[in-house]
Amino acid sequence: MKVGRVELFAGQALLLGLMAITILPFISIFTTALHPSGTVPNGLEWPADPQWGNFIEAFNVANMTALLASSTYIVIAVVPVALVISTMAAFAIGLLRIPGARLLLFLFVFGLTLPFGGIIVPLYYLERAMGIYNTRLAIVLPLIALYMPFAVFWMRAHFVNMPTEISEAARVDGATTWDLFLRIHLPLARAPIASLGILMSVWTWNQFLLALVLVEDPTQRTMAGALGAFQGHYATNVPLLCAGTILILVPTLVVFVLFQRQIITALLQGSVKG
Amino acid sequence: MTIPSKSTVTSKKRPAAPALSRWISLNRVVRRETIIGWLFVLPALLMYAAFVLLPLLLSIQYSFFRWDGITPMTWVGLKNYATVLDDPDLLGTIFNAFRLVVFFSFIPVTLGLVVASIIHRVATGRLGAVARTVLFLPQVIPLVAAGIIWGWLLALPGLINQILKSVGLDALTRAWLGDFDWALPAVGFIGVWVLLGFCTVLLLTGITKVDPSLYESARIDGAGWFTEFVRITIPLLRQEIGVCLTVTVIAALAAFDIVYVTTAGGPGNSTAVPGIQIYILAFTEQRIGLASALAVMLMVLVLVVILPIQRLSRETTS
Repeated sequence: MKVGRVELFAGQALLLGLMAITILPFISIFTTALHPSGTVPNGLEWPADPQWGNFIEAFNVANMTALLASSTYIVIAVVPVALVISTMAAFAIGLLRIPGARLLLFLFVFGLTLPFGGIIVPLYYLERAMGIYNTRLAIVLPLIALYMPFAVFWMRAHFVNMPTEISEAARVDGATTWDLFLRIHLPLARAPIASLGILMSVWTWNQFLLALVLVEDPTQRTMAGALGAFQGHYATNVPLLCAGTILILVPTLVVFVLFQRQIITALLQGSVKG
Repeated sequence: MTIPSKSTVTSKKRPAAPALSRWISLNRVVRRETIIGWLFVLPALLMYAAFVLLPLLLSIQYSFFRWDGITPMTWVGLKNYATVLDDPDLLGTIFNAFRLVVFFSFIPVTLGLVVASIIHRVATGRLGAVARTVLFLPQVIPLVAAGIIWGWLLALPGLINQILKSVGLDALTRAWLGDFDWALPAVGFIGVWVLLGFCTVLLLTGITKVDPSLYESARIDGAGWFTEFVRITIPLLRQEIGVCLTVTVIAALAAFDIVYVTTAGGPGNSTAVPGIQIYILAFTEQRIGLASALAVMLMVLVLVVILPIQRLSRETTS
């Protein structure tokens, strides 16, 4: 490639600068977290006497074990159910092309741009009436439903591109609709299902608004919701707040580093198809 | 009025018996398949109807009433909508949402295009791969965490003011999120930090799909970075740009998490966006009807802004 040396240097410098701007905030809260609890430290200053104990204190006051358990519970309750029902619906709409498929697709796609804030108020009163307010179900059920537009749209894009010969051959061999779904098309759809699962797990872990409005008890919330409550209590104790934030970020960052290729691909494809 | 003659009625042929039974059995199979197919859709449809469509309709219903959440509702017609349009504080939230679009959408998409095309030219190897991962980081952390981190960085003793002091710009230092003029741009800047990497990586994927011979022939013709950028990159990336705009515009109009943890709409109403205002109206002021009217307007607003973007980016690619 023919790129001038000046351009090469300037471009790489810009890139390194942007990476620094991305990373610097993380470094800043890390050094802040090591200052004595209750003090107001300066930006990037490394503390004279690093207080590693802040992390233990934050772990205990934030009730981290309960938070991790709650978030994991919510992800496990949401993602598999959402995957199964959206894949089945997309199979019927995209592959079986049942009468009314176009109408159904329109109905689901209509929800793609829906801001959660648009329905949060009725959800609150609905869930109070149902008696599930302030339980994990209050987050789980609406989240499954709110993922349907994207999930159905995403899986339909896969099924609609499957060659019809596969289904026809199976039909000739006497496969029922259920066989066709379970034995033939489900194994073929493994890749888009995996990406969708990753996406919905990240979105669930990071869900804030539903947790804030529908669940008062932080130990019944998602990680992001619990972080909101933690901030409410420790807004004035900056080192402790930073330590808690880091602890809450660690699981997300570890998962991202381990699965970064899959997560980036899934998030990009997700937005392109959405 | 003419009465149809008897002959036309009687001459209508019935299908022959064997054909009829075959038609019925075929029809039965088709109907059975239809029922099975709909059973596949049913669980998803029921969940969607109960927890999305029903609340959506309830939002519209509430918006026509005055209601405090406890006592019976009073019908007020379109009065709640009139209030939103009349009250400068409420209407202001919609203007604030559009000001956020500049930061959440235009800056990350424009800057993302520039950065992506630079990475494509100068950093195809290891550096590009590392940059991709690093720039994507803010996209995977909860927005609440991004808000808390920047809430601290933008505070009076925070990193931003320290940097300004270290380069002698003491006069510029301030509590950015507590300043009437600077709070909204500061919140917007957090949006840039979160969304720039996402846009860059998405646009970069688009650039790598462009036929390399286009760039090669442009370079043989002596085209510089800018010519290449305007003549090749932007026109061929219409679809990716459309996607970036869609995602980021929705993020701006429906913003909640970052604003809630950094400013909660303040100081005054300077960073109040519809999402925050709906939350305040419904859950601290108990004005459910008014909150719902604003919610309905927000949903319509998002649709009205997104549909043309979608149409533009689709049309040019087909």
